[in-house]
Amino acid sequence: MAVKRTLDVALGTTGLDERGLPVTVPLGFETPGATAVEEAPRLGGEHMLLNIGPQHPATHGVLRLVVELDGEVVVRVIPHVGYLHSGFEKLGEYRHYNQIVPLTDRMDYLAPMANNVCLALAVEKLMGIEITERCKVLRVIACEISRIISHLVWLGTTGIDIGAITPFLWMFQEREKFYNLQEAWTGARLTTSLTRIGGLMADIPDGFEADLRAHCRSLLTVMAEVDRMLTRNGIWAGRTQGIGVLTAEEAINMSMSGAMLRASGVAYDVRKDRPYLDYETYDFEVPIGEHGDVYDRYLVRFEEVLQSVRLLEQARDRLPDGPINVADHRVILPPKHAAMTDMESMIHHFKQVMEGVPAPVGEAYCSIESPKGELGYYFVSDGTAKPVRWRVRPPAFINLSALAKMSQGHLLSDLIAINASVDIVMGEVDR
Amino acid sequence: MNPSADALRRQFGPAIRRVTESCGDTIVTIAPGRIREILAWLKDTPDQVYNYLVDVTAVEYRDAELPLEVVYELFSLDRKVGLRVKAALPKDAPLEVDSVVPLWAGADWLEREVYDMFGITFRGHPDLRRILMWETYAEGHPLRKDFPLRGRFSRSEQVRQALNANPEAHYSLEELGIAEGYHDLPPDMRARLARGERGRIPDATGGR
Amino acid sequence: MGVIATPEPGTRGVLSQVSPNWLTTRVDFLVNWARSNSLWPMPFGTACCAIEFMAAAASRYDISRFGMERMSFSPRQADVLLCAGRLPFKLAPVIRRIYDQMPQPKWVISMGACASSGGIFDNYAMVQGIDTVVPVDVYVPGCPPRPEGLLYGILLLQKKIRGETLADPTIRAERSLDAHGLPLAPERIDELSEPFGNSLHQTRSA
Repeated sequence: MAVKRTLDVALGTTGLDERGLPVTVPLGFETPGATAVEEAPRLGGEHMLLNIGPQHPATHGVLRLVVELDGEVVVRVIPHVGYLHSGFEKLGEYRHYNQIVPLTDRMDYLAPMANNVCLALAVEKLMGIEITERCKVLRVIACEISRIISHLVWLGTTGIDIGAITPFLWMFQEREKFYNLQEAWTGARLTTSLTRIGGLMADIPDGFEADLRAHCRSLLTVMAEVDRMLTRNGIWAGRTQGIGVLTAEEAINMSMSGAMLRASGVAYDVRKDRPYLDYETYDFEVPIGEHGDVYDRYLVRFEEVLQSVRLLEQARDRLPDGPINVADHRVILPPKHAAMTDMESMIHHFKQVMEGVPAPVGEAYCSIESPKGELGYYFVSDGTAKPVRWRVRPPAFINLSALAKMSQGHLLSDLIAINASVDIVMGEVDR
Repeated sequence: MNPSADALRRQFGPAIRRVTESCGDTIVTIAPGRIREILAWLKDTPDQVYNYLVDVTAVEYRDAELPLEVVYELFSLDRKVGLRVKAALPKDAPLEVDSVVPLWAGADWLEREVYDMFGITFRGHPDLRRILMWETYAEGHPLRKDFPLRGRFSRSEQVRQALNANPEAHYSLEELGIAEGYHDLPPDMRARLARGERGRIPDATGGR
Repeated sequence: MGVIATPEPGTRGVLSQVSPNWLTTRVDFLVNWARSNSLWPMPFGTACCAIEFMAAAASRYDISRFGMERMSFSPRQADVLLCAGRLPFKLAPVIRRIYDQMPQPKWVISMGACASSGGIFDNYAMVQGIDTVVPVDVYVPGCPPRPEGLLYGILLLQKKIRGETLADPTIRAERSLDAHGLPLAPERIDELSEPFGNSLHQTRSA
């Protein structure tokens, strides 16, 4: 505040009084007239306010942090969100259930297929639809690919925030390979819109399984290189160990989920504790951390990538033949040739496209383990084809609310590392 | 059906208005005035231990006669069981419930979002202000059913209001410090602040 | 060509007082070549398009080929405001302020359907196209546009820059907000924001 006053006076006056001598500016409130020369400097007396964002390279999107600093130490940080609020939940009330699928891509845009799968599972729970075996395994493949690409972005951008620039380019190169897979399957690199109520938009193309195996192997090689580069690196450990600690009780009380919760030692993974898509029949482990700091979150997410590769191998090996869509043509569009030749199929097609598929009266909450945490969709239906209420339980939003607690007392550079470790995607935070 | 529903009925009797089941989830509708008490019981009782708050949200139905519902999704990490608790708020009364932030700190931002989107006030919330829309947003509460999809104002008016909103709100130590320490300030300073005076710059001779 | 443009007060009027000739076209060529091949982008990345922008900046698509790898996160040092992603109303004053903070010469690329027209978000929260808030030079459609699409948009911008001339001071004149705080007339903003296509049918909730 004293600095601001000095500047205001300096800019507002010529600097010379009527005798031609320099103007002295009192710095202290208590003794008016005391000048800078006479008064001893009061170090550590003033807090500085720093505004980070909403446009900033290190905030992982449009996040605004107002930081109160005592020198370099963070006294308080107040996150302001909502700069990417797009009205998803309101839009969902004006869409048929299948029309909500493209909306879900754009929330967590780093892991779009996971969002698509969660939507399909929630609506199928609401409607009481049982999907086919092949569809289940393909959705597991989709979820695990999403987990891998999301964690790769997280690793790359966190590395940049902390100062390790190289892994970013390696991660994006690996992501391009998985983007090729996504594009071959769904036609789009990022906004996949993979699922439909009762099935998927398309079956995997030829060569998908061979490419998946090859990309998983190359990914393991790259992850080994990143491990060599970062895990026992003194700078990396020094920047991340002991930073942003969240105890298990705090994490549970603040509704953390995903790696934020598991790094603090709480063994909660929706795939293990509320299994969906037959995850209980797969053989995989969930890494649990110990200290709840940034380093543990890095280790947890790193290991999750390796476990996802393991899951992908199993899913690919057990992929059964058969249809991907439920045989019920009131829910799934009939094949084109049938719709063009058979009257009943044409009526089904017409009703689904024009009126949508009505859900029975009721409500359902369904959650999956998305890469960010527990992603849940809550639907309330009044018997029509458009939901009364579509609520997205956003893991990144809730995880971000812990930022203020975690970063008190740390340095400003640690704040950036902690913010990176929360793994936010603003599309999901703000919806 | 989750056995917690029967336990709640035995414990709280008529405060438990209704118990339903939908798609495998158990839903308990309770009296809105007793939210804090019932949720605290669910959190702390040794047999229940719903220590994880999954979500706080609200639902407004298309039928305008139906009340607004505040929905709490709970989960017990130890017993791996979930429960949904709802409180119905009739629309002819002020939309207020008690905040559960003292029970679960995770409810902080979730309740702020419900306030922003629905206009439901949470009594006892430490910092109840808009979170997704900007603070001076004048069009209303977007997720209400009487709020049109494209908003109430014309597009040019929305652009004008957006461009005139201050992007540097909450960016001064005075605002932050004064807001927090308001009750400790001397009364004459509070009076000065109420008049909008934020302190004076000294003149060239050094006097105030 | 004998038309001489009247310079705005405060702009450099030297070259505009000379009628276009061989020398001015050579100077223009040099200046435009330098500007178009060393554009420093200001990545205003908000949503999904920002991820495709990052992919365009990464090894496979590499916008360094076009001189644009030096991201300028400070608007004071940037040439191109690259709005990648949707722009909600809460973010509108921020992008306007950043645009105003950029010194001339500056251009704007609107990347993606949401930045160009509001995209799939025709609702209360979304600006229906950033051209209602800042003047746009190149629109790149797509949801999100492939990195090749963004590169094509950049090439278009380079072509546009090569067509500019120093002799016309109105090109690089600062376009600020009017007295009401709007960049365009209200009727024009409403016209640009009007729903079209499928948006016309989404007004029924049930």
